[in-house]
Amino acid sequence: MLTIKRVPTVLSNYQEDVCNNDQSVGCGRNCLGNCCLPVSKLHLYEFKKNEDVSVENSTVMFCAEGSPLSFLSNLLMGMWEERMRRGLFRYDVTICETKVIPGKYGFIAQLNEGRHLKKRPTEFRVDQVLQPFDESKFNFTKVGQEEVLFRFEPGNSDKSHFFPCLPVDVDTSSPNVVTINVSPIEYGHVLLIPHVLDRLPQRIDHESFFLALHLAKEVADPFFRIGFNSLGAFATINHLHFQAYYLAVHFPIEKAPTQMLMTGKGLHDRRVMVLQLLNYPVRGLVFEGGNSARDLSDAVANSCICLQNHNIAFNVLISDCGKRIYLFPQCYAEKQAVGQVSQELLDTQVNPAVWEISGHMVLKRRKDYEEASEESAWRLLAEVSVSEHRFQEVKALISESAGLQDGLEGNGMDREEDIHKPLANQVPSCFHKDCLVLR
Amino acid sequence: MESQLRVIEQSFTIRYSTWVHEALDEMPDSFTITDPFISGHPIVYASRGFLEMSGYSRDEVIGKNGRVFQGPDTSRRSVMEIREAIREERNLQISIVNYRKDGTPFWMLFHLCPVFSKEDGRVMNFVGVQVPILKKPRRSGSEFARNAVSLCEDGSGFLETVFGSCRRELCSDSVVELSRILALESVLGVDDAELVDEPCKATDIEQRKATTAMNNILSVLTHYSELTGRLVCRKRCFSGMGPLGASLNISLGRIKQSFVLTDPHLPGMPIVYASDAFLKLTGYTRQEVLGQNCRFLSGPNTDCSVQYQIKESIRTEQGCTVCILNYRKDTSSFWNFLHISPVRNASGKIAYYVGVQIESSCTNEDKQKLRPDIRQLSVVGAIKVAVRSSSMGASTSKS
Repeated sequence: MLTIKRVPTVLSNYQEDVCNNDQSVGCGRNCLGNCCLPVSKLHLYEFKKNEDVSVENSTVMFCAEGSPLSFLSNLLMGMWEERMRRGLFRYDVTICETKVIPGKYGFIAQLNEGRHLKKRPTEFRVDQVLQPFDESKFNFTKVGQEEVLFRFEPGNSDKSHFFPCLPVDVDTSSPNVVTINVSPIEYGHVLLIPHVLDRLPQRIDHESFFLALHLAKEVADPFFRIGFNSLGAFATINHLHFQAYYLAVHFPIEKAPTQMLMTGKGLHDRRVMVLQLLNYPVRGLVFEGGNSARDLSDAVANSCICLQNHNIAFNVLISDCGKRIYLFPQCYAEKQAVGQVSQELLDTQVNPAVWEISGHMVLKRRKDYEEASEESAWRLLAEVSVSEHRFQEVKALISESAGLQDGLEGNGMDREEDIHKPLANQVPSCFHKDCLVLR
Repeated sequence: MESQLRVIEQSFTIRYSTWVHEALDEMPDSFTITDPFISGHPIVYASRGFLEMSGYSRDEVIGKNGRVFQGPDTSRRSVMEIREAIREERNLQISIVNYRKDGTPFWMLFHLCPVFSKEDGRVMNFVGVQVPILKKPRRSGSEFARNAVSLCEDGSGFLETVFGSCRRELCSDSVVELSRILALESVLGVDDAELVDEPCKATDIEQRKATTAMNNILSVLTHYSELTGRLVCRKRCFSGMGPLGASLNISLGRIKQSFVLTDPHLPGMPIVYASDAFLKLTGYTRQEVLGQNCRFLSGPNTDCSVQYQIKESIRTEQGCTVCILNYRKDTSSFWNFLHISPVRNASGKIAYYVGVQIESSCTNEDKQKLRPDIRQLSVVGAIKVAVRSSSMGASTSKS
C-alpha cells in the first residue's frame, strides 16, 4: 500500500448562514448531512435544458471576450465576494502575488504561503484510483451550510431560473451543491459536489460529468474553468467533487498545439474529435465538438471510466465554456511514493494536480516563486507525464471507449461503474469502425 | 441599439475625421476595424470587400463583436489565439474558419494589428484583414485526404504536423503509414465536410496580400488621424502607458452595472474608468468624469459624515457600504446605495478603488431576483478578477 505523508485537506469553518435556517433542528451545526439538509433552505439555480443543436450552436457565439457576464457568473461572484466580507476564507487570495512567467507558453506562478498551513496526512491510498467511500473520513456532508453558495440542478424548461432561499426537497433527488473553497487558489474558487447526500466517491460517472459541463456552459466565461483530480492524481478528499475558479489569462495548456487523433460517429457530420497535445511536457488528449454537449460529455466520461477501471490516475480540465476538455493520465503520486522523484522537485512541495498540469502553479516558497521559469515548470511537469509507451496504451483504451456514441452504449456503461471491477489490462484487438487512429 | 450605433460612428469620426470613410471605402480589400474602448469590443467599420465576402449588410455588422462570424467548425484554439493577441495588444496572422451570412463556412487568413495612440500609447483600435484561402483541387473524395495530399507536396511540413516533433528516422515509415491512412479513408467513405484541426495553411501570396492590405489601411488611418490631432501609429511609440490597457477595458466593458474605478496613487484620487451605466445614471459624459474625484456627485444636502466615513474607509484600506445623497448633472438628486472596495492587482497591492452605485429608489429589480447587495458584490468580484489578471503578464500593458 502506497501513501504520501504531506498532502493538505480542506477544513470547514462553522458560522451562521445566509438563509437564516433554524439551528434548533438537525444536528445543530447546519451541515450538509441528512440531519440538516432536508430541513434547510438554499438558493437554487435551475439550468436550462437545451437538446436542440441550433441552440447549442448559438452558445458558441456567446462565450467570448466582450460578451456580457452571465447571470450565473454574477451570482457566483457576488456570493463569493459576500462570503469574503463575512470572513469565511482563510486568507484573501488577491493579496497573493502572481505573475505570468516570460516564455513561449506563459506558465502562471503564484506565491501562496498561507494555503497549506494546516496539513493532514492523505487519508487514502494513492495507488488505487477506485476506492469506496469512507464515512469516517472527512467529506462534504460535514461542511457548514454557510459555505454553500447555491444548488445547481437541471431544470425542465428552455430557460434557466433562480430561486432564492428555497426549501430543499430531498425526495426528488439528492441536491447538487456549489460551495466555496476556504483555501482558494484564485478568486471565485468553488467546488461542485453532485448529489452530496449520496456520498459518491471521487470517480467520474456520466451524469456528474454532464453536470460539471453544464456549470461551465451556464457560467459562460472562457476564464472560468472546471477541474477534476482522480484519486492518485492529487484529489485530497474521496467524495465526488469538481473544482473551479476564475483566472482571466490563458492557461499554457490552452496554447499548446494539437493534432487530430480520432473521431467518433455523430449526426450531421458533427463528430466528437479527440486530439493529442503536442509540444507540451505532459502527454494528454483534448476532446472537442460533438453533435450536442451530451455527446462530448459522454465521450469524455467514457474515457475517464475506462481509465478508472484500468487503475490509471488522471486529471480533467474543462475549458472554453465546456467546448474543450483536456484529459491527462498521470503517475506522479506513484513515482513519489516509490521515491522516483528528485528531492529538488519534492522540496517545492508542488502537488501536480489539474491546475498545475494546465500551467497554473501555486508555490509555497518565495525562492521558488522568484526563480520560477518556463524551464523549471517544464521539468516538473515532464515528471508528471506518463511515458510514451503508457500513453499509447491509454490512447488505445480510449479509442475503444470514445467510439461508443451511436446508441451502442446501452447497458455496458452501468456495469463499468461497479466498484469491484477487476483490474484487467486489456488492449482491444480491433478498433471501432468509425475511429481513425494515428499511431 | 441606435444610440450605440451613434456612439460608434461618432467615436470613429472624432478620431479620424469624417473623410476617413471615403478613403477606406475606396479600398477593395476585406477588413474590419474594432474599438476596444466601447463595451462589447464592437466592429466600428467594415469594408465593402468584407461585406461582399461575408454576405452581410453594413447595418448587420457595425456594432457586433467579431465572434458572430465564428461557428461550430471554428477551431477553439484559433479563437483563443486571437483573444490572446488582443489581450497582449500585438499582431497576429492566423488561419481560421468563418461563416458567411448564408451559413457556409470558409477558411481565411486573419491578420490582426493594433493601432496605438501616439499621445499615451493606448490601443485605440484593432484592424482585422481577411484573405480567403483558396481551396486546392481535390483528388479524392475526402477532405482530410485532400489536405494530406496537398500538404504532402510540401513534404516535411506535413510530416512534422502529423507526427509531432521531428522524427527523421521514421520518415520512410511515415510515408507508408500515410498511404495506408488514405486508403483507409476512402474505404470508410468519410464525407468531405470535415474540417481538421490543423489549420489550412495560407500561401505566401495570400500572406503578402494580407500584409499589403494592412499597410495600406494603417497608412490611411495614420494620415487621417493627423487631421484630427489624435495621432495614431502602428507601433507603440510611447513608453508610458495610459491608465488602463485595452484588455482591462474590454473586461470592464462586460459589466453592465454602474460603477467607477478610481486611482489612489494619483493626486486627487481621480476616476480612471466609468461604466456606461454610471454615465446614464448621473447624466454626465465620459470626458466630464474621467480625471475628476467622485466628490463632484455630492451636493448641498449630502451628509458630510457619510463623506467622512467613505474617506476613513479608504484611508484604512477597507471597503464600506453607505447610502449617500448624490446629484446628477441636471442637479436632480438621488439616493445612492454605494459600495466601495479596494481592488488589488497581481502584485497583491491595492491598484484601484471601485465604487458601485445603485439608485436606491429604483424599483426596476433584476428580472431574475438577484439581491441588490449581491449584484453590487458581483461587480466587485468581476473587477477584482479583471484587474488581477490583466496585470499579471510581463508583456501586457499596465492596468
